[in-house]
Amino acid sequence: MNELIWIFVSALLINNFVLAYFLGLCPFLGVSGRLETSFRLGLATTFVMLITALCAWFLNNYVLIHAPYLRLISFIVVIASTVQFIEMLIKKLSPALFKALGIFLPLITTNCAILGLAIFSTNKGYGLAQGMLYALGAGLGFTLALVLMAGLREESETAPIPRLMRGTAINLIIAGILSMAFMGFAGLFSAA
Amino acid sequence: MPKTQADAYQEFIKGLWRDNPVFVQVLGMCPMLAVTNSAVNALAMGGATCFVLVASSILVASLKQWIPKQVRISTYIIIIATFVTVTDLALQALVPEIHKELGAFIPLIVANCMILGRQEAFASRSSVSLATVDALGMAGGFLFALFSLGSVREILGEGKFFGMDLFGPEFEPWVIMILPPGGFLTLGLLLLFFSWVKERKERLAERLAETGGASL
Repeated sequence: MNELIWIFVSALLINNFVLAYFLGLCPFLGVSGRLETSFRLGLATTFVMLITALCAWFLNNYVLIHAPYLRLISFIVVIASTVQFIEMLIKKLSPALFKALGIFLPLITTNCAILGLAIFSTNKGYGLAQGMLYALGAGLGFTLALVLMAGLREESETAPIPRLMRGTAINLIIAGILSMAFMGFAGLFSAA
Repeated sequence: MPKTQADAYQEFIKGLWRDNPVFVQVLGMCPMLAVTNSAVNALAMGGATCFVLVASSILVASLKQWIPKQVRISTYIIIIATFVTVTDLALQALVPEIHKELGAFIPLIVANCMILGRQEAFASRSSVSLATVDALGMAGGFLFALFSLGSVREILGEGKFFGMDLFGPEFEPWVIMILPPGGFLTLGLLLLFFSWVKERKERLAERLAETGGASL
């Protein structure tokens, strides 16, 4: 039980996918302009991550033992088709949500955080429950980083920043400071 | 054919500097920030990415007539994933230490949006030779960016360059530079530097225009 909690908190805070592993930087810098959209995108990504973790576990246990060199290709195909499927499902069930997510939904496919999740949890040899918790932690951690960044960016729009620094440069420096703050969580479990 | 040669030269230079994939377009950062904590790692990662980019560009450009429009993105991704698998296995066999260091980040080259972007924007609509030149230029620009980032972080973070001591024993290394925040900060400052250079060049051109080019 303790180990499961550790996996979750570690993926959520200590080894945050965005701020410690630099995964999913494209949506992190591209979408984090508005608080609302970043929150929704984070939740959609978390959902895709959970399904990917499930599929990756299944693939690893039943298919890839016979053909390990197909790992990368099969993961990417699974992710692409999952995203496609979710897109159709949301379109059918809730057109309003589909409209709100817009272009961000198909873009989840090229989010390296999702492929990274599948590869990392395979490398660590996680079972089903561990893998799912890892995915949940990573997804929520991604959402957390995205929302924090969006909040800071909304503030920084009105701040007197030198003209040359506006845009990606200042965003990266903000992200660096955020990442420094998250490093503080590393002390969380050293006592335990 | 002087015209096509000039074209090819333009395509090559564009990737290296004017449209540098990292410093100007800010693409493909996901795998690069994580592994650029030393110059050697940066070169290995850059080399792997270059190979994948050039090989998939050549293949996509030569197969473009047979790839149906509706499934083109999935086809590109599968082509890229194949070359990444080749690279991954080759590195594992040839240089196991570097492969261990780069770890899970080699497979992540698949999700590098810079590579997919080149296929969609360039390789799928130009001749094989032009696509190769474009891919070489972009790959060179990517390698250059990775190398400068890795060098800055290694020099400041460890006081070393390619493992050689630079400053002697009194130097206090800036440990933060080889940790994750250092990656963000270094890239942010490098971007700042690049926009400063660009701005200066533009201002110079403006001043030249004002004087009516008399000084020329």
